Amino acid sequence: MKRAVPTLIAATVGFVLVIAFFIPATQSWGETAVVWFNILAGVAFILGGGNLVKVQLETISARRKGYGYAIVTLAAFFAMLAFGLLKIGVHPQAQYPLHPWAGPHDAPSSPFGWMYEYIFSPITATMFASLAFYVASAAFRAFRAKNVEAILLLGTAFLVLVGNTAIARITDALPESLAFLRLDSIVANLMTYLSTGAWRAITIGIAIGVAATSLRVLLGIDRPYLGRT
Amino acid sequence: MRAPIVRFALVSCAMLVVGAVRTHAAPPPPVEASAHDLPWDDGTAIEITWRAPESATNIAGYRVYRLLSTEEQKRALRDRRVAAADVAWKAAYESNTSASDRIELATAAATAAAERAGAEGMPDEVAVGTAAANALRYVAAPVESGRAIAFRVRSFDADGNESPAAEAGSAAATIEIFLGTRAWFFPLLIGLCAIIIGCILLARAGRPIKVRRIAGLDAIDEAVGRATEMGRPVLYIAGVQDMDNVQTVAGVTILGRVAKIAAEYDAKIEVPTARSLVMTAARDVVQTAYFEAGRHDAYNPDTIRYITDEQFGYVAYVAGRMVREKPATCIYMGQFYAESLLLSENGNAINAIQIAGTAESSQLPFFVAACDYTLIGEEFFAASAYLAGEPTQLGSLFGQDVSKLIAMVVIVAGVILSTLGGLGLSMPKAASDYLANSILAS
Repeated sequence: MKRAVPTLIAATVGFVLVIAFFIPATQSWGETAVVWFNILAGVAFILGGGNLVKVQLETISARRKGYGYAIVTLAAFFAMLAFGLLKIGVHPQAQYPLHPWAGPHDAPSSPFGWMYEYIFSPITATMFASLAFYVASAAFRAFRAKNVEAILLLGTAFLVLVGNTAIARITDALPESLAFLRLDSIVANLMTYLSTGAWRAITIGIAIGVAATSLRVLLGIDRPYLGRT
Repeated sequence: MRAPIVRFALVSCAMLVVGAVRTHAAPPPPVEASAHDLPWDDGTAIEITWRAPESATNIAGYRVYRLLSTEEQKRALRDRRVAAADVAWKAAYESNTSASDRIELATAAATAAAERAGAEGMPDEVAVGTAAANALRYVAAPVESGRAIAFRVRSFDADGNESPAAEAGSAAATIEIFLGTRAWFFPLLIGLCAIIIGCILLARAGRPIKVRRIAGLDAIDEAVGRATEMGRPVLYIAGVQDMDNVQTVAGVTILGRVAKIAAEYDAKIEVPTARSLVMTAARDVVQTAYFEAGRHDAYNPDTIRYITDEQFGYVAYVAGRMVREKPATCIYMGQFYAESLLLSENGNAINAIQIAGTAESSQLPFFVAACDYTLIGEEFFAASAYLAGEPTQLGSLFGQDVSKLIAMVVIVAGVILSTLGGLGLSMPKAASDYLANSILAS
């Protein structure tokens, strides 16, 4: 019973979503299921926040290595939570000028908005920017000509890279009868035929895999949401 | 002599004037305009059709208008007043920072702005779109289902001059029983499910199922064993999406298999998650795996923790953890975006064995470049069944392979039809067009 009821609920909701995809009159059922998921996710967020605080407090309490980071994490967490939840420093809205809490908590002029804009966003952008260095190091390793496949990969990548630069214009001097040897033409053929064909093969495999996995979950063969796999 | 010249000049001027008038004359309106419900849709579209006027040569296109009801006109007026008041209030509030009666000043400015906005008249129609000169059809969407809405059509020339309106009448969009645009997708889906279920039933009946070896999954045993020997943890990342994502579901399912191996080998497994629901599901899965391995005493829920929903905040934590703890094995199974390379390059820097699997095709090259093994697309979805090794699960894998075989047959048939169509045969061309535009487009 403990397993049968959740499995039945999951299967019912899953099949409702599939039916809602084809029968317009049932689309609202699918939307209701999504609303229920959002409610569950909202409640689970409290669990997640609680877990975060617990783990950081344990780290500080035990004076584990790097516990200073835990202090920073907790301070940032509670500061954002307080300013966002209590709407501290929020400006009132035109419709309700006498009620300061009516304003949005994340308006650029509010302290929450300021922290998001001038502390959080730059840190996030920094992390994202570091990706450029990782791309360079990964490319250096991937393009080492170790075997035939790697040499083919390196050659193709070189053609695509050069073909997208101004250097490719040099091959424009080739006569019309040899136009297929122009770099931009080679790059276009590589991208249109070889690359697209490969991506389509992967995409078809993914679509079939998604259908099989969904079917296993809906039929209760795989039940990750119950702990039993 | 002068009279003919003057006459010639007058006639020329008259011709120029007539020509100019003709150039700027409005084109004739379309004829037989009518609005009706679009068949086999979800009740959110109305189709407007018309015919081109006779002997019309200067029509550049048609513009379709929706007539506003009295209620809509009132609502539009109210929205305009509110928008004007909002802008005026904010401007006055921000400019009078030092005034003690700041709110009163802003309120007065908002009231004046709303009155000014309300004094302007409201049109009874709104343009919803344009159609090309040869289209003669327009689908207005989205519209409110079940409510009669009136439309009118005007033709326009290259200079933008519009004809008088052709009233198309009113129509109400109704919800149909089935979506016509997905008519072919339904039998395709049923067929795919039937093949997979059929193969599962065959496997249950005892028919031996053989599946090809997947190197990345065979390496999991070795990778977990290495972590045990080195006394370092196994780091498992189930992507950065929630449990409503099928890749996360697959990632959590594979986690159960990996956790069981880790429990058997007495290796420590760490699962930082980017979603609270994933954390709770992962805890249940890992706990069950430890119970199944007979190592329930070794299960520690604190190794499965929630970090943050924020993508790069999560990356910062995991990358820092990698550098400090130096896990021997890193496994990435789920949906990934830009973090794929950030994580896998960090794992590479600490010489961890790395196994990745995702269906996010844009991230696959990064994993291939940085990881030792990568499960590409459908291999990732097959992983759970492959690791389980149960007949039922392997049956579904066999069903996937049969479905791929059918897809290959359809592709070859499409290529042959398209090639024959290219050679000028009309039947194969019509068949390949139908396959591409109707069956596969659904």
